[in-house]
Amino acid sequence: MQNDCACNCGCNKTDDPRFAELKTFIDSVKEVKGNTMAVLQEAQHIFGYLPLEVQRYISEETGVSMAELYGIATFYSQFAITPRGKHHVGICLGTACYVKGAQKVLDKVLQELDVNVGGTTPDSLFTVDATRCLGCCGLAPVMMIDDDVYANLDDTDVIPGILEKYRG
Amino acid sequence: MINANGLNNEGYRVVVGMATCGISAGAKPVLETLQKETEAKGLKNVEIKPTGCIGMCTYEPIVEIFEPGKKKVTYIHVDADKAARIVSEHLAKGQALPEYTVDTTATDEMKNINDLQFYAKQKRVVLRNCGLINPEDIEEYIAVGGYEGLKKALSMTPAEVIDVIKASGLRGRGGGGFPTGQKWSFAAVNEADQKYIICNADEGDPGAFMDRSLLEGDPHAILEAMAIGGYAIGATKGFIYVRAEYPIAVKRLKIAIDQAKAKNYMGAKIFNSNFDFDIEIRLGAGAFVCGEETALIASIEGERGMSRNKPPFPANKGLWGKPTIINNVETLANIPQIMVNGADWFKSFGTEKSPGTKVFALAGKINNGGLVEVPMGITLREVIYDVGGGCPNDRAFKAVQTGGPSGGCITTASLETPIDFDNLVALGSMMGSGGMVVMDEDNCMPDIARFFLDFTVDESCGKCTPCREGTKRMLELLDKITTGKATQQDLNTLGDLAENIKLTSLCGLGQTAPNPVLSTMKHFRDEYDAHVNEQKCPAGVCTALLNYFITEKCIGCTKCAKSCPTNAITGTVKERHVIDQDKCIKCGACMTDCKFDAIIRK
Repeated sequence: MQNDCACNCGCNKTDDPRFAELKTFIDSVKEVKGNTMAVLQEAQHIFGYLPLEVQRYISEETGVSMAELYGIATFYSQFAITPRGKHHVGICLGTACYVKGAQKVLDKVLQELDVNVGGTTPDSLFTVDATRCLGCCGLAPVMMIDDDVYANLDDTDVIPGILEKYRG
Repeated sequence: MINANGLNNEGYRVVVGMATCGISAGAKPVLETLQKETEAKGLKNVEIKPTGCIGMCTYEPIVEIFEPGKKKVTYIHVDADKAARIVSEHLAKGQALPEYTVDTTATDEMKNINDLQFYAKQKRVVLRNCGLINPEDIEEYIAVGGYEGLKKALSMTPAEVIDVIKASGLRGRGGGGFPTGQKWSFAAVNEADQKYIICNADEGDPGAFMDRSLLEGDPHAILEAMAIGGYAIGATKGFIYVRAEYPIAVKRLKIAIDQAKAKNYMGAKIFNSNFDFDIEIRLGAGAFVCGEETALIASIEGERGMSRNKPPFPANKGLWGKPTIINNVETLANIPQIMVNGADWFKSFGTEKSPGTKVFALAGKINNGGLVEVPMGITLREVIYDVGGGCPNDRAFKAVQTGGPSGGCITTASLETPIDFDNLVALGSMMGSGGMVVMDEDNCMPDIARFFLDFTVDESCGKCTPCREGTKRMLELLDKITTGKATQQDLNTLGDLAENIKLTSLCGLGQTAPNPVLSTMKHFRDEYDAHVNEQKCPAGVCTALLNYFITEKCIGCTKCAKSCPTNAITGTVKERHVIDQDKCIKCGACMTDCKFDAIIRK
């Protein structure tokens, strides 16, 4: 199929149905004031992260400059401009978790997966983040993998077993 | 069906605590089992409902059973198996199961959760519906008196509504404690074609989950309050700016908005009045600074959440340049009840200058962590010991951090201080939104200060130099201190820098960022001195300052010597080994591997 997009980056976005999905969303919020965040959030939801060609596409569709989009995408911690792993491991470093030993939990996870904070494993399976308070302070220390919460991780020896569950 | 007293008229009403804490602890399978088993047994007259936060996080998942004329029964730490037995014994045969309650040995009428010391000093005004009603059902909110406040407000003039709020003395629960009625009147007097009311639900303080619990447990109360506020100031449009990290709260708010619209409690001509009001939800994207009102406005406008100069204040020029009022979730949750019960009723709680109650999220080294609501003016001792039950494992209480990264720590010496906005500021801390993190003797204060600075450095929006550069330099100094490389001069520099940043930063984030450092330096100077002068960490937290030693418990098994990555441990078989402190990199591998507890760290 001929690539009739104008960005010249060779991304062949007209072949990628995800761009059409994003376009539908952009059209649906055209009338909403201050919609840039919502568009980026939806794009991140569709693509998993915000690569340059996606930012360029949004810029073309909305008329918001690339510089501004990039500025927003890098300002908020929720947006990622590099690919993420299949599973997101978030270790809560909120105060309540921290005073109850969350650092040890984080260290153990980093050691097990051999990555740095914010890093993704070479097999693209896990991305590890030290997150802000997850709001489960009564269950501290807490770790979240995707939508599952693992509470009261005082004994870090259980962590390898938990991670194993996501390798299957 | 729930009645006006929050009770049911017949049969059993079963509620399952389904706020984030409850769901994390496993409430979903419990709810499903209850529903499945009840249906399988063909039980009639049983209603099973999800509800918001019951308050005692450590006991989740919690199931409560109401029966007319009887005391409610609280089941704690419920799992699917227990849930099945609750159905087969309690709901089918009327036989309660004391072994699953807080009163395991009871024979007759057992104690429920409200009989615990944890609840004795609490007064649930804001949280009254949390843990009682189904937050996803507008009918239950209406049954307990919901939307009566809005109805009443619409029968008054906007000025009269503001007068009621002014007379109540309600102060903003988001941190600063600014009088809400006064704030509203600033926006009310401004003439504009469009005004806005915003609910600030960007609860970013680590260790705080009051707003989340309110949004999850009683979302309609927030919508009702925003409509009242909108009517009072002349705003027809509201925004709720909520953290994306709170998916359950967002979901329940969306349901609540749809239900309110369907009943014409929101939209055009509410309650057949001439007042139109609509609410839109906007999601944050993980930036703490967006809790600051001008940054929040920038974020709703779709920009980087960077704070702006004040004045102009948002009440004059806010969202898209229009007069805007921003209220915190808990502040709003008070409003409907003030409208219904009047200003005098509200002033009957709390102190003269800080009337009402305050919700705190009690967390950290505390026996009974959870969501607590107490009247203003209660002492810190009462909250920490009577409600919270003190520190676990008989460790000594050291300090409590209020106000998150903007607040400070309060020590044993100030435990008798009545809690209100002004007293906490006088102690060098602040109310903040209500996070209360308790620390015991095992917590190192310079390390805690470092932790908060690390947070602020990360969250500084970067607009003004004192905050962007200053907090970074403070963090570097704290790094030096916690690794034993600092001098007394560094401590002085740190203090000076902190004062300067406080005075010169643009917004609340920078102005309060040095508080954790200043207050720990004031109260725990000896700990800072120990780190600097003796390169010791008295609490035993700062790894770089600790040394590992092998005690006489060592039987010479050689395991530690094998696990040491730097070959720092030497000794012969069956004899006590020694650690060469120069070679030791303090990784702790030996301590983990020793089966005889022979290795200590001090």
